[in-house]
Amino acid sequence: MKRRIHSLERRLFLKQSLSLGALSMLAGCDVTNDDQVQRVLWSMSEWNDRAQAWLFDPKKLAPEYPESRIETPFPFNAYYGEDEVKVIDETDYKLELGGLIKERKAWRLPELYALPQVSQVTRLICVEGWSAIGKWSGVRLGDFLQRVGADLSAKYVGFKCGDDYYGSIDMPSALHPQTILALRYADQILPPKYGFPMRLRLPTKLGFKNPKHIAVIFVSNTHPGGYWEDQGYNWFSGS
Amino acid sequence: MVIHPLVVRITHWLNVLAVLVLVLSGWRIYNAAPVFEWFRFPAELTLGGWLAGALQWHFAAMWLLGLNGLVYLVYGVASGHFRRKLLPVSPRAVLHDVGQALRGRLKHQDLSVYNAAQRAAYLALIVALALLVLSGLAIWKPVQLQELTALMGGYEGARVVHFVCMAAVVLIVIVHVIMVALVPRTLPTMITGRLGRSS
Repeated sequence: MKRRIHSLERRLFLKQSLSLGALSMLAGCDVTNDDQVQRVLWSMSEWNDRAQAWLFDPKKLAPEYPESRIETPFPFNAYYGEDEVKVIDETDYKLELGGLIKERKAWRLPELYALPQVSQVTRLICVEGWSAIGKWSGVRLGDFLQRVGADLSAKYVGFKCGDDYYGSIDMPSALHPQTILALRYADQILPPKYGFPMRLRLPTKLGFKNPKHIAVIFVSNTHPGGYWEDQGYNWFSGS
Repeated sequence: MVIHPLVVRITHWLNVLAVLVLVLSGWRIYNAAPVFEWFRFPAELTLGGWLAGALQWHFAAMWLLGLNGLVYLVYGVASGHFRRKLLPVSPRAVLHDVGQALRGRLKHQDLSVYNAAQRAAYLALIVALALLVLSGLAIWKPVQLQELTALMGGYEGARVVHFVCMAAVVLIVIVHVIMVALVPRTLPTMITGRLGRSS
């Protein structure tokens, strides 16, 4: 699987961590064998994917909050700094569709704005531990996938982004009523730092599962992985 | 005579492993976004190397802590082990024994009977670990288990509960290890279950 891709950095970190005398207590395991320990941890992470998929209730809604609790300014977060935010040109922008989707015509921004919109005031929880409440509005991903004739029995929905980020989520989470293709933040057109022109927003998963600057949406039965997930973050990362 | 039943000994040492991994990896996770802005754990003491590594250790060891703890609790209640060894425990007796211990006068001759200070410490450890599991679930699943998260004071409240219980566990463990060092014959007993020759 793609997720086995090892990054050199991670291996170095692991080596460092293994030097901890405390771990010599792992009786029966040769803790000097990086690969073996790493394989156990990765298969535990895959087990946790399955456990979370089982725990996921497609009808359970994330708590919504009054607008007075919105955090201003909403924290910026990405794998790059705020001064490196990608500015996508509105006139050139096309949303492309791929994989197990019948109508794969590209979508222009005005067409996306014309679709029925929903809003949510929810808590975004970062994998780092911090959280912040914000307001996002846009198109329900489930409605959109249905509209374009996506195979809703497929396993994964993948995203490729204008800032070279990529990610994927499971189909049940994609069809959750609070999973939206957000076009607005706090009732304003999504600014570049929050993912212009469109980002995924789902309060049922951690922040890094909410990719920004979405350029391509595809449906697949092959595990697409993700930018952080391929480096070791848990793939399902459900809340 | 067996002082510590086999189930207690096995679950004790598995718990040592689980708590060690969870605490050290938890410190690394904490450092990524400290609950208390002014406090961070020294990185050299943490496990996992970076946030994703620490999370992998944490979410692997949580199963060991949870399942092992469940076996221990079910055994402790069903066998009468808790009732026999940890109860009764009165605040007055605890204060008295703690006072004696601080003056270096607390006797621990009969290893098969816990004094009041021990009973209180072990009960507190069980409660703190149970709260760690519950607050941990509340942080991990604030949508699916949102009722539990609300009970913990919301997502941010659960993080504080998780931290405070961790601190309690670390404190109890430090005192526990010091006490074992002061009465070293208790250590082999937790491995073999029996009293050594010298006793």
